[in-house]
Amino acid sequence: MKTTLAPALIIFLAVGGLVVLHSAYIVNETEQVVITQFGEPVGPPVREAGLHWKTPFIQQVNTLDKRILEWDGYPSEIPTKDKKFIWVDVTARWRIADPLKFLQTMRHETNAQSRLDDILDGVTRDHITRYEAPEIVRNSNRILEVEVKEEDISAEETFEKVSVGRNTITRQILEQARKIVADYGIELVDLRIKRLNYIESVQRRVYERMISERKRAAEKLRSEGQAIRAEIDGQKERELKRITSEAYRKAQELKGKADAEATGIYAAAYSKDPEFYRFLTTLESYREGLKDSRLLLSTESDYLTYLKSIKERKLT
Amino acid sequence: MDLNLPPGFPARNVPNFQPFIGPLVLLIFVLVTLSTAFYQVEPDEMGVVQRFGRYVRSTPPGLRMKAPLGIETSLNVKVTHVFKEEFGFRTIQPGVRTFYEGRDGNPLLFSRSTGGERRQRRNVWSSEGNPFLDESLMLTGDLNTAVVEWIVQYRVKDPVQFAFRIRNIGETIRNMSEAVMRLVVGDHTLNEVLTSGREEIRKRVEKELQEVLDSYGVGVEILNVVLQDVNPPDEVKPSFNEVNEARQEKEKSINQAWEEYNRVVPKAKGEAEKTIREAEGYALDRVNRAKGDADKFLLVWEAYRQAPEVTRQRIYLETLRGVLPELKEKIFIDESQKGIVPLLHLNEKRETASQS
Repeated sequence: MKTTLAPALIIFLAVGGLVVLHSAYIVNETEQVVITQFGEPVGPPVREAGLHWKTPFIQQVNTLDKRILEWDGYPSEIPTKDKKFIWVDVTARWRIADPLKFLQTMRHETNAQSRLDDILDGVTRDHITRYEAPEIVRNSNRILEVEVKEEDISAEETFEKVSVGRNTITRQILEQARKIVADYGIELVDLRIKRLNYIESVQRRVYERMISERKRAAEKLRSEGQAIRAEIDGQKERELKRITSEAYRKAQELKGKADAEATGIYAAAYSKDPEFYRFLTTLESYREGLKDSRLLLSTESDYLTYLKSIKERKLT
Repeated sequence: MDLNLPPGFPARNVPNFQPFIGPLVLLIFVLVTLSTAFYQVEPDEMGVVQRFGRYVRSTPPGLRMKAPLGIETSLNVKVTHVFKEEFGFRTIQPGVRTFYEGRDGNPLLFSRSTGGERRQRRNVWSSEGNPFLDESLMLTGDLNTAVVEWIVQYRVKDPVQFAFRIRNIGETIRNMSEAVMRLVVGDHTLNEVLTSGREEIRKRVEKELQEVLDSYGVGVEILNVVLQDVNPPDEVKPSFNEVNEARQEKEKSINQAWEEYNRVVPKAKGEAEKTIREAEGYALDRVNRAKGDADKFLLVWEAYRQAPEVTRQRIYLETLRGVLPELKEKIFIDESQKGIVPLLHLNEKRETASQS
């Protein structure tokens, strides 16, 4: 009797196990589940993690991700309002907010990704074309307040005032896309412009502009250097003239004073007896002045008086 | 339930394994239970335990127990490890010397496994020179282009959020870092990006990136955003260097001018000083000589006044005695014979004298 019981028991256990296995299901923290019965959703979606039960065999578990998921767009070439072509690369984060709706409209995540491609690319394009390039690049007017360095010359157009700014534009894209994707049970968590660049031909022109700006700056620096140099040279010349002329003036003044003093001294002394001075100086000058010359002396002169006669003579 | 068959079942040719099946199953059951009841958490990790998929607890490092047989599962999250993302370049072989890729066009030796490669991305800007130029090329606020390379270091702040809130956190951090960096750089001029604004940009990116990640609630803490090489694009680099050279040149020509100034002006000052000193010397000389002459005259005059006649005679004769020998030719003429003077041929004689 026991021998016939054992196989029956095993079969019973196996069937029971199978039923339990098909009625219990585990929902991970990262997942959410929609129960469908012959393809038709039954009951509210299960978002709570843990062990759950369903009717075995006829109900099916459809697991969807509950986490924040990524979406990364293609870089796309979009013209701005000022007819500049730029590459815009947008990235977004989304989650399945309404699993039921998602399952009905999208079925799979891959489906959703390509639908997001269409929607987000389109909305992005719509908004980007509505603005001028600086509005998309800049977020605020901060750089207008930046003190511009002397050699930092940029084209005027680059300093246009920004009235909207990048954050607001991305916010607008996000808001509009959000409304659209809500129909698919998708919540758009965030959307941002990841990369932004000019297309190649524009880029080349930007490079050319940058190069010419730099060249201009370099030229300006050089000529500034020369100007300062000339200024210093001028200062040097002026200083030299000032120094030498001042020295000359002072020297002349000193000499003049000395001459005046000397003249005064001579005058004071010689005016005591001008005749004697004349006599002395004249005789003195004979010593120097008569050297190597020819002298005709009359025998009548004082010197030769005694040559002709030794008569005593009265001094005159 | 006891599945053992009763003993005493007759064993004939076939060896009877039946008594062992029961204990064997039990043994396997116990072993499996034990092996799934323990788990190890490494020192730099935090264990996250789920019961039937539902999060129940976090555990610190060590050997831990959990409900066996898949009732509870554990997940180890590296919480102290600092993760790093690089933008615009990749470190190929960190070590004594760090090799960079993307800067000198080294071949791609390191590939990240990012789950987000659902399609082949088209590189718009990457040239052969730098395969990561796409990441680093960006527009500045003054609509110039800069190549900014940077790294982001982050750490898991909340292992539970980290494990469950987001899929592919690495790619999210990468994407958002790029978005925030471009947003911030878009608010600075090229000049700031290259020089003075680096620190400010770094801090703002750090702050805003943290805000973005906090808004997702993904349990990540941004530790550091570090700007690496920041350059103008290769195409315009030479002209930037030219500006630097011009700046040097400017400094140089100013320095040269000052050098010349400093060489010439002090010398002129010295010469001026010399001129003045010389003038002073002249003045002293002049005055002293005048005083000397005057004194001499006065002294002689004093003496002369004692005996004017004799002195006059003496001075006169002494002078003549001195002068006469020095004369070249002396001609004495008697008053009464003045007529011979024209016969002297003064000029003629002088000429013949100079000729001989």
